[in-house]
Amino acid sequence: MSFKTYIRSCTAIALTASLFFLSACSEPEPATNGAPPDMRLLTSEQYRNIIHDVFGEHIEIAGRFDPLVRTDGLFAVGARSAPITPKGFEEYYNVARSIARQVVNEENKLVLIPCEPVDASRADEACSRQFFTDVGRALYRRPLTDSELETAVDASGKVADELGGFYEGVEFGLTGLLVTPNFLFIIDATEQDSSAAGGVRLTGYAKASRLSFLLWNTSPDDMLLEAAAAGDLHSEKGLVREVDRMMNSIRLERGVRAFFEDFLDLERFENLEKDTIIYPAYSINAAESAKEQLLLTIVDHVVDKDAAYPELFTTRETFMDEHLGRIYKIPVTRPDGGWERYEFPADDRRAGILTQMGFLSLFSHPGKSSPTLRGKAVRELLLCQKVPDPPAEVDFSLFNDPNAPSRTARDRLTAHSTAPSCAGCHKLTDPIGLGFEQFDSIGQFRVAEQGVEIDPSGDLDGLAYSDAKSLAQAMHDHPGAPACLTNQMYSYAAGRAPGRGEREFVRYLEANFSESGHSLKVLLRNIASSDALYMVTKPEQGPDGVRAASLKDSSNKERGS
Amino acid sequence: MSFFIPRKTSRRQMLRSLMGGGVVSLALPFLDCFLNTNGTALASGAPMPVRFGTWYWGMGHTPKRAVVEKQSTGPGIEFLEETASLIPHKDKMTYFGNFNMPLDGRSNYTHHSGWVVVRTGSAPEAGGDVPAPTLDLLIGDVIGEGARFRNLDVTSVGIARENYSARNTYNRAGAEVDPVALFDRIYGPEFADPNKADFKPDPAVALRKSVLSAFTEETKDFVKTLGATDRQRLDEYFTSIREVENQLSLQLQKPEPNEACVVPERPREQKEDEYIRVREMDSVVDTHKVMAKILAMAVACNQTKIFNLVFTDNFANVRRVGETYTHHLLTHEEAIDSEIGYQPLTYWFNKSAMDGLATYIDILDGIPEGDGTLLDNCLVMATTETNYARLHTIDGVPAYLIGGAGGRVKQGMYVAGGGDPITRVGLTAMQAMGVPVQTWGTKSLETSKPITEILA
Repeated sequence: MSFKTYIRSCTAIALTASLFFLSACSEPEPATNGAPPDMRLLTSEQYRNIIHDVFGEHIEIAGRFDPLVRTDGLFAVGARSAPITPKGFEEYYNVARSIARQVVNEENKLVLIPCEPVDASRADEACSRQFFTDVGRALYRRPLTDSELETAVDASGKVADELGGFYEGVEFGLTGLLVTPNFLFIIDATEQDSSAAGGVRLTGYAKASRLSFLLWNTSPDDMLLEAAAAGDLHSEKGLVREVDRMMNSIRLERGVRAFFEDFLDLERFENLEKDTIIYPAYSINAAESAKEQLLLTIVDHVVDKDAAYPELFTTRETFMDEHLGRIYKIPVTRPDGGWERYEFPADDRRAGILTQMGFLSLFSHPGKSSPTLRGKAVRELLLCQKVPDPPAEVDFSLFNDPNAPSRTARDRLTAHSTAPSCAGCHKLTDPIGLGFEQFDSIGQFRVAEQGVEIDPSGDLDGLAYSDAKSLAQAMHDHPGAPACLTNQMYSYAAGRAPGRGEREFVRYLEANFSESGHSLKVLLRNIASSDALYMVTKPEQGPDGVRAASLKDSSNKERGS
Repeated sequence: MSFFIPRKTSRRQMLRSLMGGGVVSLALPFLDCFLNTNGTALASGAPMPVRFGTWYWGMGHTPKRAVVEKQSTGPGIEFLEETASLIPHKDKMTYFGNFNMPLDGRSNYTHHSGWVVVRTGSAPEAGGDVPAPTLDLLIGDVIGEGARFRNLDVTSVGIARENYSARNTYNRAGAEVDPVALFDRIYGPEFADPNKADFKPDPAVALRKSVLSAFTEETKDFVKTLGATDRQRLDEYFTSIREVENQLSLQLQKPEPNEACVVPERPREQKEDEYIRVREMDSVVDTHKVMAKILAMAVACNQTKIFNLVFTDNFANVRRVGETYTHHLLTHEEAIDSEIGYQPLTYWFNKSAMDGLATYIDILDGIPEGDGTLLDNCLVMATTETNYARLHTIDGVPAYLIGGAGGRVKQGMYVAGGGDPITRVGLTAMQAMGVPVQTWGTKSLETSKPITEILA
């Protein structure tokens, strides 16, 4: 790392005014070699955020985009390989049409279109140009090229004249913009940079996008685009200034929520189902509240309080609403059915996010708890450990004794572990999951299963625990938890798992994270202001042997850059 | 759950109403006069379109309770109690028994390798891996032109990811999970009823197509800026655009009259208490029936030539109300009843799946087309991922080909695989559908031997 980069870290440190963070500048950022530029498909949430930021939250977005494939533990990484299928494009097209219709309807057009046409019954090139210049910059995360702008203006003008309506033209043109790859993919545009190791660097606008999707999960705002246009993001001072501005924005909450939704695989809530005969307290409202409770707890803890990440596993503070009150058997007094702060008593059986309904219900079966699923989730999601796939050739009759008396999950799983082919994996998962057995499939507390008292004791990688609460303490103390978070947050930011040349950098992040008292905000800031996040190599050679050009090298010059 | 009631309009009723209404432009419905004398081709000489579909159920069969295993290929399938509901249709299908899945040392990724091998001819290298295109898409590449949707993918278990049609691991569209959304996608404002008396193309549609083309042209320059991998993804993007452009083009053309096409009634929206029960087997059965009817009519109405329906997913995330275990968990955890010799609850789920298949066949076979039924002009491949779910066995995985494929396949056959790779079934299906493929599959799954005994 250069001396300048070291200074940048210290500048950021000074801005945080954090004693923990001051120690973080003890080591310079290790040099990294980056990866080829790529393009990532917008997630549904990013798509929604952009549309709402550009046109307002009243714009309805009804549609179901193709699911992304979770790769290396994150959808953000899968987005790097996601194509647009025919069905997917059809959906994007229909959603785009719906959005464009709403933008030009009677209710919105005077607000969302910055000018009025001279004659609304025909094309108005000047007004159309103004609209597409502004909106195009917001949607593409960079100014439109001359050619792109002409395409939008010409297309909308033709429609306006043919159909006899300026706003119809804008509607059709906007639909076109919303289905281009420049909008649907986050693109790593590059430009020549003789000072960079690989001879190329991300353009300022591409850096702005990378930064904005990391911190806010949406496209860059005006100020960030202006900083990109001015070249500020290529300087340490300019980058740190923007990082700090964005870290202090209320939008940071949205970015942190998006990361944890991905990190904890909360998309699974979409398909969560429980048997309401077995669990009468369960409802769709309760499930939605369970997800929100997890995210409210996380954001309150790591953003608002800037408290240590491992304490998420032990904190007694959370939020409750009426739906969760029925699950937790806690009276919720707020009359409007909204959220209220709640602190579990010191002697309560629960502490931390792993004893909340969200985690407990997400990693259970519809009609029963699952120590295996819960243990696997802890290993894979929170400790970044791979639990091998189950072997195919298992004869369950070896340990399924139909004449055995009613047993607890521990009894059943102990039987599993007698089969050598099963034991290896079940020993990884079950000792963790059994610690949560005092909570049923929807997270309700219980002391017995089928009349037999539940024994929730065990050990986590040598850290003994007696129940879920002390298991939570063991997770708090586990060195793998912050290391995993560091690795995944960098993967999330870069859209790929760290490469070989980045291992030292990840260790550097871990060390700084630790020295900061495991402040997630410090980790996030270190990643966002690092050289590593923006480091790229030359694009891959094209199949026809033509070296891939950059947007800036192409004939279409970016406007206003 | 409401079911649509087909609005059957007799020719006399239509003429009377048209005359009474004073409509001047008149297009006759798809009548016998549009067919050749034996009802197997359109009067224009073009053959009746042949379509391909897949149907999927999870967890295979209960051993010795589904189909009597035979040592030789020949006419006659002997269904047992689990498949009893298929008996009325036994002459419209072929059963494939004792075909194997050699994995060449690669892992059997439970409940995944099975479906991937059957549908792609290649074994996955990891859980979630889809190493090659599924055969429905390969068939669609050959016969899919001319319909509004290149393929329609539907699942009745409420999970969009549960779609066993994919180009590769990442290029795997989400399936339709909601009957109302499925209906609206097919029969919404863009649907051109082939039997509607008058047809007026909407000028806005041509403009939409023109605008889309303009932006597509503009985007093509952008490809030059990308690396090789991303160029491939952009190629897929352009292919997808062409599908929508094709849809817009079709909206500008008057569809050929089609008597078989009767627009179904829009299903009602699901209520919350139904949504929460989406994977209870009773609910799955209802949803499947509604969606199957919508899908079958979409085929009859020439909205697609490739149609994929998932009854239950490969992990059978379905349950019976009040039971703590899902179908999948039961296959592993339920004890074998020593008196009857099998797992009774698991059997109940397996039988429900076969009842669902029978319902689907009823629906396809209940739509008249030409001098036969829609089923006669379709080939539906019904597959699962395992032979015996309790042990994750993949050798001997059962498979069915249902329908006449426009006379291209023989029906009512039992085909004894003799341990041959299951890819022979897929190769046969592709050749029957006109795909110019001589060899299919990789490594030990590679085959160039179609099952000639069933090719007509």
